[in-house]
Amino acid sequence: MGTRILGAVALLAVAGASAYALFGVPPDANQGEAQRIMYVHVPSAWLGYLSFGVTALAGIGYLWKRDLRLDAVALAGAEIGVMFTAFTIWAGMMWGQPVWGVFWQWEDPRLTTTALLLALYVGYLLFRRLTDDPHRRAARAAVVGIIAAVDIPIVHFSVEWWRGLHQGPTIGSPDKVLNPSAPPLFVITLLSMLLSFTLVWLWLMIRRYQLARIEWQIEEHGRLGRLTAARRASRAAVAPSDGAVERA
Amino acid sequence: MNSLLADAAVAWQVARKDALSELRGRYLAGSTLFFAALVLLLFGFALGPDSRRLAEAAPGLLWLAIVFGSLLTVARLHQLEAEDGALDELARYPVERHAIFLGKALAAMAALVVLGGVLLPVVAILYGIDLAGAWLALLAALLLGAAGLAAVGTFYAGVTVRMQAREVLLPLLMLPVVAPLLLAAVKATTVALAGDPFGELSAWLQLLAVFDVVMIVAGAVTYGHLLEE
Repeated sequence: MGTRILGAVALLAVAGASAYALFGVPPDANQGEAQRIMYVHVPSAWLGYLSFGVTALAGIGYLWKRDLRLDAVALAGAEIGVMFTAFTIWAGMMWGQPVWGVFWQWEDPRLTTTALLLALYVGYLLFRRLTDDPHRRAARAAVVGIIAAVDIPIVHFSVEWWRGLHQGPTIGSPDKVLNPSAPPLFVITLLSMLLSFTLVWLWLMIRRYQLARIEWQIEEHGRLGRLTAARRASRAAVAPSDGAVERA
Repeated sequence: MNSLLADAAVAWQVARKDALSELRGRYLAGSTLFFAALVLLLFGFALGPDSRRLAEAAPGLLWLAIVFGSLLTVARLHQLEAEDGALDELARYPVERHAIFLGKALAAMAALVVLGGVLLPVVAILYGIDLAGAWLALLAALLLGAAGLAAVGTFYAGVTVRMQAREVLLPLLMLPVVAPLLLAAVKATTVALAGDPFGELSAWLQLLAVFDVVMIVAGAVTYGHLLEE
């Protein structure tokens, strides 16, 4: 019931904040209407990073406590993080085309890092799907998640150096929206979008976690079912041969 | 101190064993080297006959060939053992797991250094570049790059070795992680070949070294969880 109320509140908050971001706040002087994309791009990026952080922490927690509930949290983080990250990149490209003139800017550390982040966690999810035993899956996914998490800062630095040592063109970066010199109206709009998106994220995380628990119950049930079926079959295989001997 | 020495001895024995099976099986000479050289040849076809363009792209193509070769190398070093159940035996020995990881990574690194050492002259011949002036810097980049690829590769080969879909999963998991290594190694090679006009070389080598240290530590700490069954 509580989750349902949270979901309804999150939906209303996103609807309200989006309506204001679309129609209430005036367009940006330089970037025009395209700047409104930032109101969904920045919150999604933040939630992508938050999700993967949760996945890494839950993985470390699993290795420590060996509790499958923590693995469910890790799974929820990775799936929801992939969703928000993919959306971040898509929204970023939609913004980049009119403002930068290109969809893809190789020397922007944020874009390149985010693309690799997506690849890392798509691999993580694929790996999970192809492992059966729940505890083995949880332990290995945890270490894969940890390696992915330690790789991210190195990726970011390397791309930053790529640009820095290259002396490439200085480009307008998305976080100019969070610049303190930006008019307070823009900042308030962005913050309300951040808050409402985070509520949606929380609701999704809880739901995905619950779903993972149900999936495991079914898996467990299936395993028990197969076990009893195998036992019954072996008993049945013994019985008719006895009968055959008697008839002979 | 004594336990450190014992770990080093274990790592050395594991590396020696892997290197021996690699040498006797002639996998490196037989398939990996040939495959990587073939990749370099195909890059030539893909980029056309313009020799200046090939020379410009040479560092990137060289490192891509080494990265592809590393996928084969690390997969095989685990696969050989897993097939005979030897990996389970190894896991049952009362030795530190990180020593096993370091040994396997060392063997993989040695194989990759040989691979790179053979590919460098191949690149020089095929793409028409002069290696003579930069060999020390190239050797440093090769050693650091091979160490990082070996560490990450050994870790992911351990993750995927018992899985049906390992041929697909190993590259999918490993390639995004080694992206910063690829970037730094290619830049180091490029500036080394250009004679390091802006003094950037040491920065890229340092980045490679940081990547190596982080991945060796992370792999050594977590590898034990992969051997548990």
